[in-house]
This record gives sequence, C-alpha cells and structure tokens, in this order.
Amino acid sequence: MTKRNVPASAIVGIGELKPARYTEGKTTLGMIAESVRLAVQDAGIEKDQVDGLLVGPQVGETPQHVPATVSEYLGLEPKMSNVVDLGGATGAGMLWRAQAAIDAGMCETVVCVLANINEKGNPLRSPNRNPIREFDVPFGASGANTSYALLKQRHMAEYGSTQEQFALIAHWARKNAQKNPEAIFYGKPATVADVLESPLIVDPLHLYEIVMPVGGGAAVIVTSNKAIINKKHAPVRVLGAGEKVTHRAVSQAPDLKSAPLSYAIPQALGQAGFKVHDINLLSLYDCYTSVVATTIENAGICPPGKFGDWMKNHSFGHDGDWPLNTHGGQLGFGQADLAGGMSHIIEAVRQLRNEADGRQIKDAKYSLITGNGATLSEATALVLGGEG
Amino acid sequence: MMNKYADLTVPGPTITPISKPFWDAIEQGEFILQHCKDCQKWVFYPRSHCPHCWSNQLEWKQASGKAQLKTWSTVHRAGHPAWQAITPYIVGVVELEEGPSMMTHLLVDAPNQLKIGDPLNVHYVQCNDTWLPFFG
Ligand SMILES: [Zn+2]
Repeated sequence: MTKRNVPASAIVGIGELKPARYTEGKTTLGMIAESVRLAVQDAGIEKDQVDGLLVGPQVGETPQHVPATVSEYLGLEPKMSNVVDLGGATGAGMLWRAQAAIDAGMCETVVCVLANINEKGNPLRSPNRNPIREFDVPFGASGANTSYALLKQRHMAEYGSTQEQFALIAHWARKNAQKNPEAIFYGKPATVADVLESPLIVDPLHLYEIVMPVGGGAAVIVTSNKAIINKKHAPVRVLGAGEKVTHRAVSQAPDLKSAPLSYAIPQALGQAGFKVHDINLLSLYDCYTSVVATTIENAGICPPGKFGDWMKNHSFGHDGDWPLNTHGGQLGFGQADLAGGMSHIIEAVRQLRNEADGRQIKDAKYSLITGNGATLSEATALVLGGEG
Repeated sequence: MMNKYADLTVPGPTITPISKPFWDAIEQGEFILQHCKDCQKWVFYPRSHCPHCWSNQLEWKQASGKAQLKTWSTVHRAGHPAWQAITPYIVGVVELEEGPSMMTHLLVDAPNQLKIGDPLNVHYVQCNDTWLPFFG
C-alpha cells in the first residue's frame, strides 16, 4: 500500500448547527449558508478566499445544479465544485476529494457543506429509486430501517450476537451525548434495559437503536498549506483515506455480515502508516447500532462476530480506553440527513484541536473516521491527525 | 392467508422495457430469470448487461422457483405507509437456486423459528393489481 504524501493542505475551519427535531421557517439553502458562515468564521479567513465547493445531493429543494445554486446563493465563484453522493459516507468522501483538488492545483480553499431542513409531516423522500423501487418496495421492504434490520438479523443468526450486545452501543451513544449540550438526546440518557424496552420498529431493531432524524448542517474548510496564514486553530490533516462502493440494495449485498469498510479502514490506516491501536478516537458512523458493530469488526479491532465480547471489556467515554463517538454519535446527537456523517468529522477536529470542552480526550492525536451509506455499501474511512 | 394482500393499495413494480418479461411471466405463474450466454451465470434483477462479464447476450430461461433464506425481518412500522395496514409482516432476502439473491415477502407463520438456509418456494400472490413472487 502506498503511504500517503505529506498533506499539502489541512482542515482549518468547522461549523455546525445545533440539531433541531423539526425546523420551522427555514430553507436548506439558508442552513447551508449558515453552516458555511460559521466554518469560515472559525477558520478566520475571508469569504472570498473560498474557491472550491463540495456539496451533497438535495432530495428536496435543489435536486440538480446544486453547486451552481449554492454558489449563486452565497456569492461564490468556485474554481472547483462538485456533488459528492455517497449517502452517509458523503462527508468523509468530501474531505479527501477537497485535499485532492488542492493537490491538483485546481483551487486553494475548499468548503465542504451538508445541511437540511426537517419539517414536521413533510419527510424528504427521493423521487426515483429504481431498481430498489421496482424490486424491493413492492414486497413491503421500503426504507433504511428494513434494510438494516435484515443486516442485523443476519449478524445475529450467523454469529449468535445478542440484543443486549447491540443495546450497549446505543447506551454508550446516549451516555456520551450527556457531555454534549448540542446533542438531541442531551439530558436523555438510556440504559441497556431502556433500549431493549423501546418499541421494535423493524425486528430486530428497536427505536433507540435507530437515529433520530433532525434538521441541521455542518461545514468544513480545507485549505492549502501555503494559504494558512491565520493560525487561529491548530490545523488537522487527512493522513489517510480509503473508499469503496459495492452495491445499492441490501438484497444485492455481496456479504450481508460485512461492509466495504473492511477495505476502506485498512486502506486509510495503511496510508497513514498506523495500526488501529494507534488511534485515540473512534469516530464511527452509527445510523444504527449494528453498523457500529460491523465497523468495529471490519476495523479488525476484534474478530468477525465478536464485537459484543470485546465491548464488554472496554469503556467508550472520552476518559475510557477506547473513546468512541464522544459527541454522542448520531444515535445521541441526531442525524441531520447527510450532515449526520459530518458530525463524526466535526467532533474529531474538535478533539484533535484540544477544544472539546467538557469531554476532551487526553493527548488526542489521531482519529479514525468512518462513513457508511445506502445499505452497508458505500464506505469511506479517514485517518485525521492533529498537531498535538 | 393470501386474501389480505388483494385489497392493499400499495406501490406496484415500476416496470421497465428490460424487466417486463419477468413481470409478464410472474402474472402467468412462471418464474424466469436471465441467463448469460457468454459466462453461463444467472442474473437478477433483470439487466441489459451481465454484471459478471458485461456481455449483452442475456436470455430468459425457466428457473426453479426454489430458494434458500439468507435473512429476514418482521416489519412493525412499515417504510411505506400503505403497508402499515397488515403489520406485522415478514420480508426476507433469499438466494435463488440459480445463484442470484432477491428481496421478497415471506409467507411464513413463525418468524422466531426461521434459520439461515431454510428452503423456500415461490408463491404467486395478487397484491393490489399486480402478481408478485412471494416465497414460503
Ligand atoms: Zn456473463
């Protein structure tokens, strides 16, 4: 595996909106604008320094020409712009693409942004979803909850993993969220028993094992080393990246008990020249409890099927031996659609800057970030490093 | 058992020119799949090209309608609101005898007794105006 070049760019700004269960009187473009404004302010740069733009698909407001629409709205004229469309892996996928665009000499300063509204009684639905629409929906198998229930069931049937083991993941997410006043479940911890007593939505997934959809947004600024003049915050760098896409529909998964993260994570670690035990923060995508289980196994932290035994012997708070999703994960923080994946990056940057008030990991130098999209089928992993 | 599906007003398949022979056959009570003339592998869902070798020589052939269970789930809160009327119901991913996998609706009574590899057979069920290949 090729070791990644010493990065010629760094993450210098982050912006994040507080998740709201429902948004009112807001637009997605407006929330994108506010996320970008906060990130540029955090970076201590001028608006006109932004000359690169990465955005996500927008099911609701702007299905096409997203970069042009966002550029126009914000008064930007980017020299590199694109849509990254990798579901929950979109945020992580944006960061190495921003770095690559800077390395290619296309631009100096890229803003990566994802945001969305969440209106009561008006959930966002993508319009055209063939072949899933043709071959899954007619059988009553619509939606992510069903796909992930099928994946969790296979893990349980194959390995004998238990509901208690999965519930522990939701418990830790809620527990860590108690250190994050921005989290949607701040003030609402949950015990393993609470998780198991929450209603079965799609068996074997309980309500508390499923992210809460919220409105929100997040933006990250990546800039070239030579453009870093303002040293407001210690820069954070992408030291390694790995990515793989295998399928779209759960029925077409090449392996129901694993994910392309099994390629992406070792690839990212290898590029950075690390082993997973060198990592100080696991910032693992957690749309469902079972995704964390599979990710831990795909990272090689424990053998396949053994996440439950492994978790029993470790602790996952900021002061634990394996800090995991110290912002509460999306299970504790809330999932603002594609921006949910970005929350794992924002938290890692905070930790690596030594700026995670009230939940700072001691001597945090390196974080592993994962993104997962569709049906355990779109995977991106990053290793981020701070200056600490 | 099958009556409960006939009155459901749920989304049917969005049939394409490529997939139409499959759905036409289902309506006739026949289970056909695409077979690749070049690499001899079976293909589902219907495509213009073989995903294994990119041959564009796929032909429809009679398939067995036999499958093995890969995974399953009891849906309590349906992803599409129109399915809520008959919850809880069971969906599953099956591996067809010919190799490819498909999503389906399961006609089984006791989901807590299901196991990976359970043998299943196709059952043609009228759901709203469409005939669908369920397995049981
Ligand atoms: Zn072929």
